[in-house]
Amino acid sequence: MIAANLPALQIVLPLIAAPLCLLLRRGNLAWALALFVSLAAFAIAVALLTQVLDSGAISYELGGWAPPWGIEYRVDVLNAFVLLIVAAIGAVVLAYARRSVAQEVPTSQHSGFYTAFLLCLTGLLGVAITGDAFNLFVFLEISSLSSYVLISMGRDRRALTAAFQYLVMGTIGATFIVIGIGLLYMSTGTLNMADLGARLPAIGANRTVLAAFAFLTVGATIKLALFPLHFWLPNAYAYAPSAVTAFLASTATKVSIYILLRFFFTVFGPTFEAEEITLNNLVVPLATIAVLVCSTVAIYQGNVKRMLAYSSIAQIGYMMIGIGFGTVTGLTAGIAHLFNHAVTKGGLFLVLGCIVWRIGSCRLGDLAGLGRRMPLTMFAFVLGGLSLIGVPLTAGFVSKWVLVQAAIEQGNWLVAVAILAGSLLALIYVWRVVEVAYLRPAPDSAPEAAEAPWSMLIPAWILIGASIYFGVETSLSLGVAEAAARFLLGGAG
Amino acid sequence: MANFSPGLILIVGGLLIPLIHGRARQVFMLALPLLGAIQLFGLEHGLHGQVAIFDYTLTFARVDKLSLIFGAIFLLASFYNTIYGLHENDTMQQVAAPVYAGAAIGAVFAGDLITLFIFWELTAISSVFLIWARRTAKATSVGIRYLIIQVGSGVILLAGIILYANKTGSIAFDRIGLSDLASWLILIAFGIKAAFPFLHNWLQDAYPEATVTGTVVLSAFTTKLAVYALARGYAGTEMLIYVGIVMTAFPVFFAVIENDLRRVLAFSLNNQVGFMVAGIGVGTSLALNGAVAHAFVHIIYKSLLFMSMGAVLHRVGTIKASELGGLYRSMPVTAVFCIIGAASISAFPLFSGFIAKSLTLSAVAEGGYVVAWIVLVFASAGVLEHSGIKIPYFAFFAHDSGLRCKEAPANMLIAMAIPAFLCIAIGIFPGPLYALLPFPMDYQPYTASHVLSQLQLLLFAILAFAVLVRSGLYPKEIPSTNLNTDWIYRKGLPALVRWLMAAGSTIRRGALFRAEFRLERFIAQVYRHHGPAGIMARTWSTGSTVLWVAVLLGVYLLAYFL
Repeated sequence: MIAANLPALQIVLPLIAAPLCLLLRRGNLAWALALFVSLAAFAIAVALLTQVLDSGAISYELGGWAPPWGIEYRVDVLNAFVLLIVAAIGAVVLAYARRSVAQEVPTSQHSGFYTAFLLCLTGLLGVAITGDAFNLFVFLEISSLSSYVLISMGRDRRALTAAFQYLVMGTIGATFIVIGIGLLYMSTGTLNMADLGARLPAIGANRTVLAAFAFLTVGATIKLALFPLHFWLPNAYAYAPSAVTAFLASTATKVSIYILLRFFFTVFGPTFEAEEITLNNLVVPLATIAVLVCSTVAIYQGNVKRMLAYSSIAQIGYMMIGIGFGTVTGLTAGIAHLFNHAVTKGGLFLVLGCIVWRIGSCRLGDLAGLGRRMPLTMFAFVLGGLSLIGVPLTAGFVSKWVLVQAAIEQGNWLVAVAILAGSLLALIYVWRVVEVAYLRPAPDSAPEAAEAPWSMLIPAWILIGASIYFGVETSLSLGVAEAAARFLLGGAG
Repeated sequence: MANFSPGLILIVGGLLIPLIHGRARQVFMLALPLLGAIQLFGLEHGLHGQVAIFDYTLTFARVDKLSLIFGAIFLLASFYNTIYGLHENDTMQQVAAPVYAGAAIGAVFAGDLITLFIFWELTAISSVFLIWARRTAKATSVGIRYLIIQVGSGVILLAGIILYANKTGSIAFDRIGLSDLASWLILIAFGIKAAFPFLHNWLQDAYPEATVTGTVVLSAFTTKLAVYALARGYAGTEMLIYVGIVMTAFPVFFAVIENDLRRVLAFSLNNQVGFMVAGIGVGTSLALNGAVAHAFVHIIYKSLLFMSMGAVLHRVGTIKASELGGLYRSMPVTAVFCIIGAASISAFPLFSGFIAKSLTLSAVAEGGYVVAWIVLVFASAGVLEHSGIKIPYFAFFAHDSGLRCKEAPANMLIAMAIPAFLCIAIGIFPGPLYALLPFPMDYQPYTASHVLSQLQLLLFAILAFAVLVRSGLYPKEIPSTNLNTDWIYRKGLPALVRWLMAAGSTIRRGALFRAEFRLERFIAQVYRHHGPAGIMARTWSTGSTVLWVAVLLGVYLLAYFL
């Protein structure tokens, strides 16, 4: 019974728990419930992925209505992988959140915070799991609206404007996506994505379909913050509460990339002509610029959180380069980097949250001498930074290596060089933090800082440890990514 | 015992040093290389410590004769270097030195290119702290230059590895040979670390700026690691012979007129590595044995020389030839050690340099490389001039500078005694060293013709030095003002060389200046656009962001409809 309804439970559990959190009113109780639900969601995601890897895609008819009329939840190797990432990060971040949120968010808003968090989790999981295009839009809005709320809860007053700008941009993005879906519905009469994928080739590339494709592409690239549509991201990440930044950085953009992948490769199919134009002539160049420009911008940032935000945009560039190549190797690299970066950047933002918890700031200058005062925290930062740079034996290395191989395979030397240059730039911005924390003495006026509490350090170290673990053991990250890539390009999943 | 790379013991141990204090720390530091040695001798030949990452296999311990002999000498050097630095109480150096040595050992045992790359970069990052530890403004900037070049070498290496892996589908580190772009990139990366001509400036720039102990440590590992890598990957690449002979020849001139005695040694280091590179270029088993044996004994006597100069610097506070002299009265033991090192580097029979250098020379002669042989012989004479005589002469003899100081500290003397003993022992009994070399051979260094021709060479070189010094022709310890009678001669070779160098360095400085200017302008440009207030980093108004959305949508639609 439970096993058969796992796809529905994946969504329904957090969806029901969210309003319960609000009813509980007490922050700690709400937190405990949210944590419990997120752990359950994680367990379900693991079960789903195992099931998919064993016996192929799962189709679940919601309410017994057969697709394409009813809503279908369709779990294949790609979205099972995304579900796993989202659920795993959600569980780790929630475990971490209690102390961090207690300090950064007013007590009266705690239950609201966990409600919004669970709703956001629901939305992201829903986007990933659903097989219905319009349903996807609905879940996207659920996750987006709740994430605006979460961001606006940041201590800094600029969080409000940041959230507002994100709201405007996010809404435009979502609107573009729904326009695209509408146009597709107009020409095919169906909303089920697999069904769309079956019908579109027969219609061919008429203007309506092309316009739909353009709207979907732009909409998705806003949500995933592809250069030059990334301007909402740095502020949103910089001023949100630490736990929210970590959660959104490793899940929201990743799910948006999933949307793009799903529309490009399942709905329109890899042979759609306009898609090739987009990928080769627009996505790859823009992504390459993103890597170089945003890495450079990151070097000059004085706020470490903002620096990591820019680094995120650059890392998204890496993923989009891989996806832009449209080959098995390229897609493998892109999807694997999606996983590796989620783990690495999530870990780094959690570490940064520990620092903020202790010293109340994440300005670069305030980190002076922290290597001595918070050795465990700073060492975690160094390890995460190494993965960000792409040092061998870290997760970042694995996906970048495959990505460079994909670039060479294409004979695209410029991009290959840009990827390496991006790593060097990453080396510089990570080094700046290391230099300040380890080589510069702490000012005498600095408050006595000890390690952050264990309830925060352990989750941070779980993700940082994972970023090292997946640098060596790659059957989950790279293996599943490759299966997903083959599946998307038309092979067996 | 498990077969893992002995380098790991030093790296992990080095990182644990800050946790231990007082006398226990010293014991622990000394124990590290010993434990490493125990591990080394327990290793079985073959591939160990393999880790699979995606399609490739990393091999952390490839054990064969070539890696074993380099591992052994690195551990030995690490051991006496530790003794030499025992009087210092600087955690930064105490951590950096074993980690650096461990990284070099790890690189030597690396069975694949990615592992090599990891340790390659680790040597760069760990070694720079030995320069920074001097804690002067100059050392800081020199260190950053050094780090950029060393890390750059690693990046070039990585680029080469990626191409190589893409072409061959394998990352195994075996003979690479010069063929395509990938192999060139890897060679350049090795060449930077080996200080090939035109890639060598970092060495003379950085080594003399490190701390007393730091220079000794630095001199042992980086270039010899590159020699190892070249021997593994590029044996028998003929181009290397010519690279090698240029390397042996050109530092001679620079070294003769240099005033900073540690910098003189840095030049001579360059010259010595040239011998090894030439041997690798010849690539016969005799030549490779020569290169490896030379690297082995070179580490020992070069450390000894740097240690003796370090002791002088430690006691007197300067290492300028023009300010030193007559120190044999104050530091007789150090002087004796220095002379032993000098005799070894000059390849006097019965000293270690002789039994290694004659291997290389024989191999070059056997290969029929006449020009190369002549240059190497000339360079051997040059070695004697600048390292063999100049170093001990100007520091401990020459005119009496009036400096009086104490003999070097006991730990330094003990540290110097070990390599001094080895210099003589290996020189007299080369058999055990020959047995360790990677290829079996039957070679007899002490034949009448070898010994006689070497002695002739040495005696003439000494004669030349004596004549030059007597006549005042030998470049004085600059700055000097006492003009002697034969000032015409003085304007001869040394002045010419000095003028050429000055001209050269003006041009170089000019070019550097222009390049620096351009770089600064470039960085300013980058900063203008990417800095916190730049267009790329400003918080845009929502309106202009939305405008971008519209522009992009337009571009996409246009692209599809056209």
